[in-house]
Amino acid sequence: MIAARLRDVFRSRLIWPVIALVALLVTNVIKSPGFLSIRVQDGHLFGSLIDILRNGAPIVLVALGMTLVIATRGIDLSVGAVVAISGAFALSIVGDAPDPNDLGVVLGAAAASIVFAIVLGSWNGLLVSVFGIQPIIATLILMTAGRGIAMLITEGQILTVSSAPYKVIGGGYWFALPASIIIAGVMFALVAILTRKTALGMLIESVGINPEASRLAGVSARVIVWTVYTFSAVCAAIAGLMISSNVTAADANSAGLWIEMDAILAVVLGGTSLAGGRYSLTGTLIGAFVIQTLTTTVYSIGIAPEITLVFKALVVIAVCLLQSPVMNTRITKMRMRRRRTPAVAPTRATVS
Amino acid sequence: MTATTNRPAGAEPGRGGTAGGGSDRAAGAGLLMSGRRREAGRRAAGGGTPPGGSGATGQHGIAEWLGAVVSSRYASVLVTLALLIVTFAVGSIRYEGFFSGQVALNLFVDNAFLIVLAVGMTFVILTGGIDLSVGSVVALSTMIAASLLQSGWSPPWVILIVLIVGTTLGLLVGLVIYYFDIQPFIATLAAMFLARGFCYVISTNSISIVDPFFTAMADARIPVGPGLKITPSVIVALIVVAIAFVVLHYTRTGRTVYAIGNGGPSAMLMGLPVRRTKVLVYAISGLCSAIAGVLFTFYTLSGYSLTAVGMELDAIAAVVIGGTLLTGGSGFVLGSVLGVLVLGLIQTIISFEGTLSSWWTRIVIGSLLLVFIILQRVLTLRRR
Amino acid sequence: MSVAVDPVPLVEMSHISISFPGVKALDAVDFRMFPGEVHSLMGENGAGKSTLIKALTGVYGIDSGTITLDGEPLVIKSPAEAQNAGISTVYQEINLLPNLSVAENIMLGREPRRFGGIAWKKTRAMAAELLTQMRLDIDPASLLGSHSLAVQQLVAIARAIAVRARVLILDEPTSSLDADEVAELFRVIRSLKDNGVAILFVSHFLDQVYEIADRLTVLRNGALVGEYRIEEILRIELVRKMIGKEIAVLDDIDTRTRAQAVETETATATAVPFLEASGVGRKGSIEPFDVRISEGEVVGLAGLLGSGRTELARIIGGADRTDSGEIRIEGKPRRLSTARSALKDRIAYSSEDRKREGIIEDLTVRDNIVLALQADRGWFRRIPRRRQDELAASYIQALGIRPANPEALLRNLSGGNQQKVLLARWLAIAPRLLILDEPTRGIDVGAKAEIQRLVANLAEEGMSVLFISAELEEVLRLSHRIVVMRDRRKIADLPNEDVTVTEIMGLIASGADA
Repeated sequence: MIAARLRDVFRSRLIWPVIALVALLVTNVIKSPGFLSIRVQDGHLFGSLIDILRNGAPIVLVALGMTLVIATRGIDLSVGAVVAISGAFALSIVGDAPDPNDLGVVLGAAAASIVFAIVLGSWNGLLVSVFGIQPIIATLILMTAGRGIAMLITEGQILTVSSAPYKVIGGGYWFALPASIIIAGVMFALVAILTRKTALGMLIESVGINPEASRLAGVSARVIVWTVYTFSAVCAAIAGLMISSNVTAADANSAGLWIEMDAILAVVLGGTSLAGGRYSLTGTLIGAFVIQTLTTTVYSIGIAPEITLVFKALVVIAVCLLQSPVMNTRITKMRMRRRRTPAVAPTRATVS
Repeated sequence: MTATTNRPAGAEPGRGGTAGGGSDRAAGAGLLMSGRRREAGRRAAGGGTPPGGSGATGQHGIAEWLGAVVSSRYASVLVTLALLIVTFAVGSIRYEGFFSGQVALNLFVDNAFLIVLAVGMTFVILTGGIDLSVGSVVALSTMIAASLLQSGWSPPWVILIVLIVGTTLGLLVGLVIYYFDIQPFIATLAAMFLARGFCYVISTNSISIVDPFFTAMADARIPVGPGLKITPSVIVALIVVAIAFVVLHYTRTGRTVYAIGNGGPSAMLMGLPVRRTKVLVYAISGLCSAIAGVLFTFYTLSGYSLTAVGMELDAIAAVVIGGTLLTGGSGFVLGSVLGVLVLGLIQTIISFEGTLSSWWTRIVIGSLLLVFIILQRVLTLRRR
Repeated sequence: MSVAVDPVPLVEMSHISISFPGVKALDAVDFRMFPGEVHSLMGENGAGKSTLIKALTGVYGIDSGTITLDGEPLVIKSPAEAQNAGISTVYQEINLLPNLSVAENIMLGREPRRFGGIAWKKTRAMAAELLTQMRLDIDPASLLGSHSLAVQQLVAIARAIAVRARVLILDEPTSSLDADEVAELFRVIRSLKDNGVAILFVSHFLDQVYEIADRLTVLRNGALVGEYRIEEILRIELVRKMIGKEIAVLDDIDTRTRAQAVETETATATAVPFLEASGVGRKGSIEPFDVRISEGEVVGLAGLLGSGRTELARIIGGADRTDSGEIRIEGKPRRLSTARSALKDRIAYSSEDRKREGIIEDLTVRDNIVLALQADRGWFRRIPRRRQDELAASYIQALGIRPANPEALLRNLSGGNQQKVLLARWLAIAPRLLILDEPTRGIDVGAKAEIQRLVANLAEEGMSVLFISAELEEVLRLSHRIVVMRDRRKIADLPNEDVTVTEIMGLIASGADA
């Protein structure tokens, strides 16, 4: 019976973002009835929904890494900077190559970017897990310095490189679908499999819920924490490749600006608590699409796009307040009052 | 008693400071100068002109002074002071026209707003919190000021409204942290978003300011010596620093700020008004951000929603470099001023260098922040 | 109770009850203190000592009962109000501010002021005067954090009496002091007592209690056992009252273990023990000790709270580092510097603090059971789901975990069932040595009996067990050998042959000369 109730609660965690997503979609359909239609043109799928998926892909990726970091009671503010660095690094390699249109060059550049991100992520992980610096501060350092590094790579210019294979990452199509959707989908599936088919997911949650108890159970928290920060940077780097490819330019200043906000928002919306512990990848996925749909909706129904940010901020505040310990106890109390059944009493009595 | 127990912990940084200050100046500013040391040496040896002598004696004195008081609680501030002086000396040797009173004063002129911002941040960090919203509040302040002036409001009212908005926002953040027991960084992160959003709502374009009072404040120069001038903003900033100093050191509220930062239930068990003070520091930080916003409009004469992006990082870096522990409880507002000056000096050096692009600033600030954070960790661990 | 009638108690707490969700922390407890006396509050873990203190100092509100001070009814809602009423507290984990000066720590919140600001000179002078009064030579301008814990403790007392405290509560003030420092502290306490201050002295050290206290109150399981003058209660009686008596639940285990004890003793005398610690200690935590644990042997650790019993267990379990001595496992030297390395040697440590150091409350019963085994295998080699389910199901059945649902979140289980899940977690790694620190505390009698039976069975199958419990009957019933701890020292190591509870209590209560 308890389990059933829990399942309800768990379900209700996902239900809110789903309702938000549906409400947004319905708003769009009312405003423009053709919103949901998807048409095929030149063997590619087009439509507003596809746009939402495509534009949401970078947020999904960054939020994916962020989910795992947050599950360990951490936070990664440096993802925006990593996005900028990876785009700049890859494009500078492609740009310097004799033939920017060579597929090998593009793949090499992408791989190099990801390796660079692994270095940056391990750096964050080192500061958090070995030096014991608070995650916000540790990642703040890379957030600050990272844009500078990106600027250094682009030499202060906005790098523009025309390379057909590179363009595919963010703007091309595979199997009639935008490549970015497929990349994000594959990453999502990989993470889901990696965390749920290995013990990584459980150990991450265990470290996030009770680090001391985990340590005494022999969990090597350091390795776990290190891994999630590295992984977060890798996700950000792939997002960076996508963003730079989509606009065929690397802008060290504005690439990935505020994306850490969007990612945190997506995670929080998806029902993962910022206090760490249990996480939901599906929730994050839905959360990311809520954000992207929101952005699209604001444009399509003619609200000044400037308001999006205010709106997002209010949503973050509302969700955080709902998740706060104070509200939790209040809600629990309300429930307890409602269920003043004797069935609860004996279990309570045995609790020490 | 202090001296005997503390000496082992304090001694090493002291020695480090001495080495950096005395034998090899460049090493002291290694972050900035790595790889350029040789060049500097060559210049100095090749009859490089003015201030080498005076600089050297000055540093010698400081090295001794450092050694004497390194075990005190001012050690971290003194490290920053030494860093400041060494950096300034390095700049003076490397660049023509660097060693002048006006260059030093310009550090205040160009960073008056950052000083005010760092003062507010010092309060918050001393309690063990953090305020990520300050940059956005600065931007919002410039936007409110510019748009109200544009629609014909008179400057005193505009400034008053800006200050009220900033303080209110800070107060709200404080109350949210207080009532809902939310981690400060999340609450201020949301406020950062919100303030930036309000900027966009006001306008996405830059609004320039033509109000005579504001332009007068921007152009005014107050002579403070032969050929030396400062702006009214500097005076405002110094007044804010002075008030903050008095509040932190001579009022119970100030001491409670320190007590809270000590962590744990001590402050509450000692019967201090912990919760009220916790709310208050965010209101203070909001007020300081608003004042900084006004000073920033004096400096730029415009309002722009994308201005001051990342300024919260500068403020945090200044506070940390100024010797305030990120975990709270220890630090000085004057240290934060020194921190701002260090950041300003780095910027000045980079602009003097000419060939070095301005984005080096970010990297150097980030590295400096890292070095100081690790220093803090090492020192606190050793003290334990 | 045969207490000589003093005129008016300074503090009188009558019928105080306090409940927390699921627990009655204090049940109609009476407590009183007279001016100019040192009163000791005695009791084991969970007796309600700290709850009573927190009720008196306004940290917790009381559900029912009354408090009077000097005959006047008193309602205290916060520590500040308690202070204003003249009740000051020095907590065990000295709640002062190491980052501020000694003077400030004494005067904070009541500094003299000038022009609205703090008058520092006067503040320092006042602090200095107070310290001189206490005959302490401490520079008031120095940072508190630069002083030893003993000095900090004395500063805390200085702060407490700076408000003209009439009641001074000292919670475990001597737990980190050496003998000289204790003497210094007692000197200060006596002079305060002479000035008419009522002092509540809480300590685990019986010697100290007998040295300084005039009167004592014993609590057990949130209820009052009694109030006694120090000269009318013998140590052994006191220990008995603190620990209490329990009806033997498992008499069969009792006899079986004792028969086996002799047998094990002779069998393992020559063989290499599974674990042998020699001269292992940790500064400020436990004096160097020797301990041998043979295969299939249950070693019981007896001692009061704070006697070093938990510290010993933590060291062997790898939870704390040592700074002296050597641990050998099957004759080979080993460094058990982390719980992980101890687990590699198949030593499992189950902490006494179930909530903070045991359960992962938001994970399921199944996840909690497989956690240690999984951590040992590394994250990549996940235990196949089917195997996990088998493990969970078998332990749920074997230990009778309720609800019998592997998917239930651990936070929704009762304390006893959470404890069983933790046992299952350790059993799943097939430990060779299982360290159980108060595994039966705060759980109901049925679960307690099941856990005891389990321990006996495991030992019979060859597992070594180090068993800690505040209940001596339980220790005697289960152990083959008993190690007695007192004042952070191992004071006895005896085979459980004809040992009685009274004998052990005698050892625990024995004076410094014993």
